[in-house]
Amino acid sequence: MAETKQTGSTKGIGIALFAIAAILFVIGLVGTQDPGLQIHPMDQFEIKPQFGGGEIGLFTITNSTIWTFLCIAAIFALMVLGTRGRAIIPSRVQSIAEMIYGFVHKMVEDVAGKDALVFFPYIFTVFLFILFTNFLGLIPTAFTPTAQIAVTAVLAMAVFLTVTIVGFVKNGAGFLSLFWVSSAPLPLRPVLALIEVISYFVRPVSHSIRLAGNVMAGHAVLKVFAGFAGALGVFAVFPVLGVVAIYALEVLVSAIQAYVFTILTCVYLKDALHPHH
Amino acid sequence: MATETKGAESAGMPQLEFSTFPNQIFWLVVALIVIYFILSRVVIPRISAVLAERSGAITNDLAAAEDLKQKAVEAEQAYNQALADARAEAQKISAETRAEIQKDLDKAIAKADAEIAAKAAESEAAITEIRAGATDSIKQVAKDTAKELVAALGGKADAKSVTAAINARMKG
Repeated sequence: MAETKQTGSTKGIGIALFAIAAILFVIGLVGTQDPGLQIHPMDQFEIKPQFGGGEIGLFTITNSTIWTFLCIAAIFALMVLGTRGRAIIPSRVQSIAEMIYGFVHKMVEDVAGKDALVFFPYIFTVFLFILFTNFLGLIPTAFTPTAQIAVTAVLAMAVFLTVTIVGFVKNGAGFLSLFWVSSAPLPLRPVLALIEVISYFVRPVSHSIRLAGNVMAGHAVLKVFAGFAGALGVFAVFPVLGVVAIYALEVLVSAIQAYVFTILTCVYLKDALHPHH
Repeated sequence: MATETKGAESAGMPQLEFSTFPNQIFWLVVALIVIYFILSRVVIPRISAVLAERSGAITNDLAAAEDLKQKAVEAEQAYNQALADARAEAQKISAETRAEIQKDLDKAIAKADAEIAAKAAESEAAITEIRAGATDSIKQVAKDTAKELVAALGGKADAKSVTAAINARMKG
């Protein structure tokens, strides 16, 4: 438990901890009468090699790998096969692809500015990867790579490094004016600068844990409710209703977290391109 | 952790199993590169071309619609013009025709009036002649009758006084 606390204090982790506590409570309550009740909500996040062998090397195909490539296949099906008609009057699938394109394109243009459109393919990649991984992860028995800290940390660090490098390349030392709040009274500025620097370096942490935490918490709660359903016999109808409700919420969360991650990327990019407050 | 789950062995969170990180990061980077190339090489050029084509088509269609509307307005104006012209022409023609007919009519009426006047004069002359003839005949008959009457009554008719008496009577 001590280790989990160190990874962050976001709402997602909180919910996950609450879920674990709830399981322990239920196991303590029911487990004595019914030793069959075993809920392992975290097991679904385990990385397992898929084609034999217990060791996970660099190139081992794991469950995470398989769902990552299913995500690529889904993106390919929607964005490439769906638009192959190139119709002026689009088919249904093509208009979905165009809608997603327009949504992200407009977001980059509105939030980060016209000169940020060179980064549009990159941001579009990140958005589609997160969106499709989240949605595919909601298929029962699926694996969700975006619930893995390793994955979201790489995504967030990539954004952080891109933004930092672009900021210094475009503005030189002027990028540091991002930390120097010139609209604040002079005595306050060093203090604000310190806070700004800290918040700048916390960005990749919150950026990654927000996504992984939300996805993980939702999946864990679903598993807990499903576990209750297995133990309650006829009364399983209540946890099943709970599962349905939380599942609907998770569909929403999947899209929202992809959106949040992307729009924050745009906001950070705007800081890099126009650092003056 | 009080449970005997496998997760418990890794402090409850399989996400923190650091031995799997290189593998996950490797496949994530591969996936992102693949998606990036699919999007930047195929999807983005394709969709932006479709969107540009569509907005071009819409602009063209709107321009064409504006053009056609202009043409329709012009056609309507031409039609109205033609209609007005035809109406004016018809009015002119009918006025001309009416004038011509009036002229003919006047001429015919004048001619007829003249003929009627001639005929009337002629008739007047004839009537006058007849009337004169009749008066003379009546005078003669009256003189003869008066002479005979006078003779029958045993008097001697004075031709001169009989004529004078009849003339005075005839005058009424």
